[in-house]
Amino acid sequence: MKFYMIHLMPFADLDLSYDKHYNSAWVTLPNSYYDPQKGAKLYNRYIDELVLADELGFDGVCCNEHHQNAYGLMPIPGVIAGALVRETKRCQVAVLGRALPLLTYPLSVAEEYAMLDNISNGRLIAGFVRGIGAEYHSTGVNPAESHDRFHEAHDLILQAWSRPGPFAFEGKYYHFQYVNTWPRPVQQPHPPVWIPSQGSRETIEWASHPSRRYTYLQTFSPVDQLARFMAMYQQQAQKYGYQASPQQLGWATPVYVSDSDESALREARPHIEAFYNKFLRMPVEMLLPPGYLSLTSMAAVTDKIRSGPAAGGYTIEDLSAKGMIICGGPDSVVRQLETYQKQVGFGKLIAMTQFGTLPHDLTVKSMELFAREVMPRLRHIGEEQPPVRVHAAE
Amino acid sequence: MSDATESWETIAGCKINVLRGGRGAPLLFLHGARGAGVWLPFFKALSEHFEVIVPEHPGFGRSDMPEWLDNVGDLANFYLEFLQRLGLREVNLVGTSLGGWIAADLAVRNSSALRSLTLVAAAGIHVPGAHKGDLFLWTPEQLVRNLFFDQALAEAMLKQTPDEDERKRQAKNALTLAKLTWQPRLYDPNLRKWLHRIDRPALIVWGDSDKLIPPVYGPAFRDLIPGAKLLMIRDCGHLPHVEKTAELANAIVKFIEEATR
Repeated sequence: MKFYMIHLMPFADLDLSYDKHYNSAWVTLPNSYYDPQKGAKLYNRYIDELVLADELGFDGVCCNEHHQNAYGLMPIPGVIAGALVRETKRCQVAVLGRALPLLTYPLSVAEEYAMLDNISNGRLIAGFVRGIGAEYHSTGVNPAESHDRFHEAHDLILQAWSRPGPFAFEGKYYHFQYVNTWPRPVQQPHPPVWIPSQGSRETIEWASHPSRRYTYLQTFSPVDQLARFMAMYQQQAQKYGYQASPQQLGWATPVYVSDSDESALREARPHIEAFYNKFLRMPVEMLLPPGYLSLTSMAAVTDKIRSGPAAGGYTIEDLSAKGMIICGGPDSVVRQLETYQKQVGFGKLIAMTQFGTLPHDLTVKSMELFAREVMPRLRHIGEEQPPVRVHAAE
Repeated sequence: MSDATESWETIAGCKINVLRGGRGAPLLFLHGARGAGVWLPFFKALSEHFEVIVPEHPGFGRSDMPEWLDNVGDLANFYLEFLQRLGLREVNLVGTSLGGWIAADLAVRNSSALRSLTLVAAAGIHVPGAHKGDLFLWTPEQLVRNLFFDQALAEAMLKQTPDEDERKRQAKNALTLAKLTWQPRLYDPNLRKWLHRIDRPALIVWGDSDKLIPPVYGPAFRDLIPGAKLLMIRDCGHLPHVEKTAELANAIVKFIEEATR
């Protein structure tokens, strides 16, 4: 198994009583709730935590993009990634990812990622996402165009990296006479591509296509949903005529390790409950604007979402039972991850080792325990599967 | 629905549902974001004076979702073709909300088949500083409440529980609405530049308590369309044809009578 640390960089000093006046920490929560003095300290603390992950032997560190909210302070993730490619020495650096449909000039992502891949000398992982629904309220981009813009921007970026320029790109949303991206990426033909998602059949069919075989990440979902979507990827790959490697399947989830199960639960409780109940809180209208999902997917999820993470009211016991946090002493964390890995078959764990209001000392303690006591015991599972035996005439 | 007949028309490769009722000069009604497909008391009232034609727009209700549908201009062109194909002339065009936007855009493009134009709480333009309600961020309950002045009407609507088919139609309507109106929100920056081209008698109607498109948009439309008259309806929200059915129907009948005398 490969281990990555993802940071959301929340505004951990948020006044959690905001929800007496506002129904979400996104889009419409006044930015007067943000204190720049505290924010300046948080940014530097969070970068230190990501750099620590490199020193502790994680395989990679991850940042991502969200806009106008207290949940994640990286509207321009390339700023953080730019710091990380210099401050880390060994691990991969993933941007998970840029929200392509929000851009009028997606070639900026081809450029930005190529720069990061050059400066890191080939350690970049290129994440592409659509952004969550709230982003469409914040940026004004039409959610009904989200899927088409995503696919078109993706094709444009991949071509910009792999086709000799200049060439013309003729799309519906993106039309350029001269595509001629400088610099070109170090990793050829292009950096590895990861697709984080809350889970949809359309995304899985697309990501698992033999021409792509992108790593699919299921983010912050209960284990039963994780299992469903991972199985969907594996079955889809089989339909396409190949066997998906566990390394094509990743799970992003909060992780907290302490000396014992009891202390882990006690220490993580207020912080993970703040993460799900306060930072992630939003009404379904904000999360799923019309068109963000296809009509079929929308019908399938709307009712679930109304009672899902964005609805709040979680306790750490609920979350732990659903696998929405992996929490415990080292032995029990190893056991949980082994069990889930066996059930689900993922080969990459994207551990969110800081969440909500979790302070620096606990974040570091948990990361050190995880790196020392957990990672070595799970390294051997979830690696490449042996090639499928072809049933040929003997 | 005994007063209306239902038919299907295929225009530009798109099959749409059309309700018709009454006799007299043709009156084409273009619905708003919540769709059509039901023969409302408002249509019944108008059908005592006109042949009332109520299509469901492409992308709404039981009508097809055509590949070519990207913006309100597509619907304006679609209905020009609709008028031509059905051989409709001297048409009294009435549009509410989104339908008002389509009607105004159609009349700017080509008014030759029109006799009069009535815009009710129409979308389509922006008045600087006059913010529209964010119907995409309102909860379903807030949306219904904000559409009406009379909260008893809102309560009654909230008590209705839509069946599975109706929920599917609502989701489809919401998707098409977002496609057409999300950005720029509920308007086309180019429309106001050409509203002066409208050369038919025009009536602008607004509810004085419209929370979606505030009443200040009424005078704005009136001032942009030469000779247009403005009717403000008291104690009325965004849906005058539902909230003040008789008052609006009577006003339209009177306006068209005077305009064509």
